[in-house]
Amino acid sequence: MNLWTNPIQVTADWLMSLLTGWGMTETLASILTQLLGIVVLVTIMLVIDIFLVWIERKVVARFQDRLGPNRVGPFGLIQPFADIIKLFIKENITPVGVDKVVYNLAPVLSVFSVLILWAIIPLAPAIIGVDLNVGLLYLVAAGAIGTLSIIMAGWSSNNKFALLGAFRQVAAMVSYEIPMVVALLVPTILAGTMGMLGISEAQQGMWYVFLSPLAALIFLTSAVAELGRAPFDLSEGESEVVAGYMIEYSGMKFGWFYAGELLHAFTFGGFWGILFFGGYHLFGLENLGPLVAAAIVLFKALLGYWVIMWIKYTLLRIRIDHMLAFNWKFLVPLSLVVLMVTALLSTLLRGTSTWVMGLSMFLSNVLIAWITVEILRGRSRAAREEVEGSVQPAVEVAQH
Amino acid sequence: MTTLFLITAVVILASAMMVVTSRNLVHAALWLVSTLFGVAVLYAILNAGFLAVVQVVVYIGAIAILFIFAVMLTRREMRDTGPGLNKNWWVSALVSLLIFGGLAYLLSSWNGFSRTSAALPSGFDAVSALGNALISPDAYVLPFEVASVLLVAALVGAVYIAFNRK
Repeated sequence: MNLWTNPIQVTADWLMSLLTGWGMTETLASILTQLLGIVVLVTIMLVIDIFLVWIERKVVARFQDRLGPNRVGPFGLIQPFADIIKLFIKENITPVGVDKVVYNLAPVLSVFSVLILWAIIPLAPAIIGVDLNVGLLYLVAAGAIGTLSIIMAGWSSNNKFALLGAFRQVAAMVSYEIPMVVALLVPTILAGTMGMLGISEAQQGMWYVFLSPLAALIFLTSAVAELGRAPFDLSEGESEVVAGYMIEYSGMKFGWFYAGELLHAFTFGGFWGILFFGGYHLFGLENLGPLVAAAIVLFKALLGYWVIMWIKYTLLRIRIDHMLAFNWKFLVPLSLVVLMVTALLSTLLRGTSTWVMGLSMFLSNVLIAWITVEILRGRSRAAREEVEGSVQPAVEVAQH
Repeated sequence: MTTLFLITAVVILASAMMVVTSRNLVHAALWLVSTLFGVAVLYAILNAGFLAVVQVVVYIGAIAILFIFAVMLTRREMRDTGPGLNKNWWVSALVSLLIFGGLAYLLSSWNGFSRTSAALPSGFDAVSALGNALISPDAYVLPFEVASVLLVAALVGAVYIAFNRK
């Protein structure tokens, strides 16, 4: 065991021996070491967060046929630091009539709900905060805290627009949680565990996106809705609720919401990569060492983040009733069907080879997708005929 | 562990106290969230990770959010006026103290009261043990199914009440 094969354990052991050498007790030293680990992880994530601002601005610029930030530093890389200094020296305005404690707690909880997710993300078999055996449920629980932070921000701001925006956002988040949980059950069934490390390990032979492409798509859709990004960014709307729940926040308090949103998108990109795209597995490259594996996970997280940005900057905003109808009438039934078929197939095909299993899973998903498209086509045809049938007599009357 | 338990217990009791004494209903709901989170921490201390996470998902993610929604949507004035206690407060304080004392006495005479729990054997998967217990006929499959039927009945009732006949 050296620094290359197990960097975290080696560093922790070295710190423990150093601290106990200074005369600390074993318990105190281990608590201090773990605290230090948490601080290092959180700091790395927040530094990545700073560069996410740059990535987001560059990518959106490319999507809109612009150049993006390119003045400060090479490729505009120093731009986010300038932005952050600007946010820090801005005045923190606290409007009259806000509920001060709740108002100030909301942005903190918003970032906190994202940062705690990194505790369970396996960057490599040896680099993981804690391998919870209820990892996927932990993901949902962290989302619950994020929902709470939004409703706290909306209510405490003492602003009707903020409250309306928070209501919309929370309604969307609570509803889209259901297809997300059901889609998360598919990797659980396939891997036989809810732990993130177990799910990563089980994808060594076959990535789950090939076994269940529909679950991957449902997870991505509900993740985008949880993030409140376009096309589901209905808490924002310049002509109706302005900036939604964060309307009364200025300076760094707004900055926290913004940072939380970007990091949340990056984190969900990472979960997409871990749950459906093999985690740290990439053609055996992960065997080179844990740091390479961590780089692979971060690369996949960036790819997932790029897909989320691609969706955001390509699609238009959906109306709230359409969005809720899309969830309850389309995503929830579809995800339940996918879950039931996956559960049934994985039980029936237990013990068969990976290829038989993979092929039948994939074909069953294709079949479900085809049936779904057929049902949708039939319904839209019926709707169109209804409209055309009611229009036609009126046209005839006009001709006479 | 004991320190952790004491801190959690103090947080739970203090926030539960704030739930009933807070004049602002939304504040009361937020203190309730803090109480429920403390209970989740207790579950985690007891090695019941699944219960801890489900506590957060269900109670904070769904029930507390619904409470806050209901409070915000039903009352214009979210602040109660008037005294919080009536003249019989000492009777209820006495009764609750008596009940607490009685329960503490009963528990202290139980031989498991001061025993610490044995450590879980390594490799013990509490989640799959729970899952097996929920669907095994020797264990809890009947209560589990009855609870499911109850929830479906509640769902059907809600749809029936909210259904708009054309």
